Amino acid sequence: MKDTEGYVTADGRQIGGTLMEMRNITLRFGGVVAIQDISFDIREGEVRAIIGPNGAGKSSMLNVISGFYTPSEGEVWYKGSKRPPMKPFEVARQGVARTFQNIALFEGMTVLDNVMTGRLTHMNAGITSQALWWGKARDEEMENREKVERVIDFLEIQNIRKTPVGRLPYGLKKRVELARALAAEPSLLLLDEPMAGMNVEEKEDMSRFILDVNDEFGTTICLIEHDMGVVMDLSDRVVVMDYGKKIGDGTPDEVRNNQDVIDAYLGVPH
Amino acid sequence: MLNDIFIAPFADMISAPDFLMQVLWEGLVSGILYALIALGFVLIFRSSRIFNFAQGIMVVFAALTLVGLFAMGIPAWISVGLTLGVMFVLAVAIERVVLRPLVGQPDIILFMATIGITLFLIGFGETIFGGENKVMITEELGIPTGDTVLEPFNGLLILQHLDITVVVVATLLVLGLLAFLNYTQMGRAIRALGDDHQAALSVGISLQTIWVLVWFIAGIIALVTGIAWGARAGVSFALEVIAYKALPVLMLGGLESITGAIVGGLMIGILEKLFEIYWGQPLLGGNTETWFAFVLALVVLLFRPQGLFGERIIERV
Repeated sequence: MKDTEGYVTADGRQIGGTLMEMRNITLRFGGVVAIQDISFDIREGEVRAIIGPNGAGKSSMLNVISGFYTPSEGEVWYKGSKRPPMKPFEVARQGVARTFQNIALFEGMTVLDNVMTGRLTHMNAGITSQALWWGKARDEEMENREKVERVIDFLEIQNIRKTPVGRLPYGLKKRVELARALAAEPSLLLLDEPMAGMNVEEKEDMSRFILDVNDEFGTTICLIEHDMGVVMDLSDRVVVMDYGKKIGDGTPDEVRNNQDVIDAYLGVPH
Repeated sequence: MLNDIFIAPFADMISAPDFLMQVLWEGLVSGILYALIALGFVLIFRSSRIFNFAQGIMVVFAALTLVGLFAMGIPAWISVGLTLGVMFVLAVAIERVVLRPLVGQPDIILFMATIGITLFLIGFGETIFGGENKVMITEELGIPTGDTVLEPFNGLLILQHLDITVVVVATLLVLGLLAFLNYTQMGRAIRALGDDHQAALSVGISLQTIWVLVWFIAGIIALVTGIAWGARAGVSFALEVIAYKALPVLMLGGLESITGAIVGGLMIGILEKLFEIYWGQPLLGGNTETWFAFVLALVVLLFRPQGLFGERIIERV
């Protein structure tokens, strides 16, 4: 990779070295090529966006990063070493947390319990200890509760802690999902269309939370979004995809002036 | 006729309160066992959407293994430990050989697979331990066999020590399971897995680990039920039937609900006993316990298809 020194953003934040790097990723489903030879990197501490029209392969890319899909070709490098093919739960245990486009929460459980599951990646106590509620398991549970309460405070969902998730409105569910991902204290936080289906006010809230998370916890964030306005405001660097190919990569300004990107979004006569 | 149905039974209950207490107590004893078994079903269903047809045969298999090991000259309590080991190996084997290759298949396929497990365990158990009836090693396990006679309302109430032990042990096990599910990370993972597989994977839950865990818990439950029921009725393949008694419990309680399994189990245990003594024997010639629970479940299902405690079915259009 070119330079691993990092860079300073327009608003003066120092961005670190490479955290994750996708090298020549190709993903095929039978004859369909969802992703074609795409490379890009994610630096520590930045907000990285992947944008593109519907069907561009953004979600597929996120699923490759989070281990839900295994790329047909190409390599994923994470924290300086090549990642072998892994199951999603193993990727999660390496510090990659994610949210889903269509919200995947545990509907029957309370908000608090949902967020607590985010701490599962930090669970070390054995089954016996857990079954007897003794020693390590108990200490861990206390510690987990503390961290979870912090996240809950941070995302301003204290008042619904004990509510079963199934009863919450859409916007709040999205926020609970974010809370669950954050509770894992991830090195890399993947957000799959965090604003999809939200009204303006909810979008503003969500944008604020995303920036705050990045600011306060220093979490590296990679997000997918097709609302261009939102993306440009939020992110430090943007990858643009169209028909499974990368057509642009750079700061929001660079991308906005890229002719290929404009064509992809506005359409060009063929 | 109306008198026999609506008035006489209640008059009997009031005139002989000690006998009523005896009936309730016996209902409670079987009820708590039903609840325990239903809990085994619910755990497996919640974490993998599998209706575990093999729960019944697991009861038999656990009891047979325990008795078999003891017959080989191994001390009783060590046999219990070894049987738990066998149930754990069984859980690992089922996950490895049956569940893992079938991941993502329709629910009905997995259900069929558990029928396969049932048939296998029947054959395997008979090959190793033989098909003849055996006696549960109640005394050797230190389970008291006497009885305590109380005299409430100047009447007579006989509490078998065996029954008291069963109630205490089963209650502890149920409470322990509830605490485990609600207050530990592992328990949360089990509940989470039942709600959403994708989400569970994304927070680092391993399907395999949890499956082995719930099948092992089902195995522990099977062993406890096997000991308790075996002590009353002997150890034979007929023990399997007790698991089918859990079916109406599940219909009542809903397959999803842990509370439902417990309340449903107690309810069926007590109601079927009451019905048998006060209505069944005088009016229908007895032996109503075999079908009462199913009819009750059927009636409940007519009005609440999701069961008494099941999650409400909401169709989003």
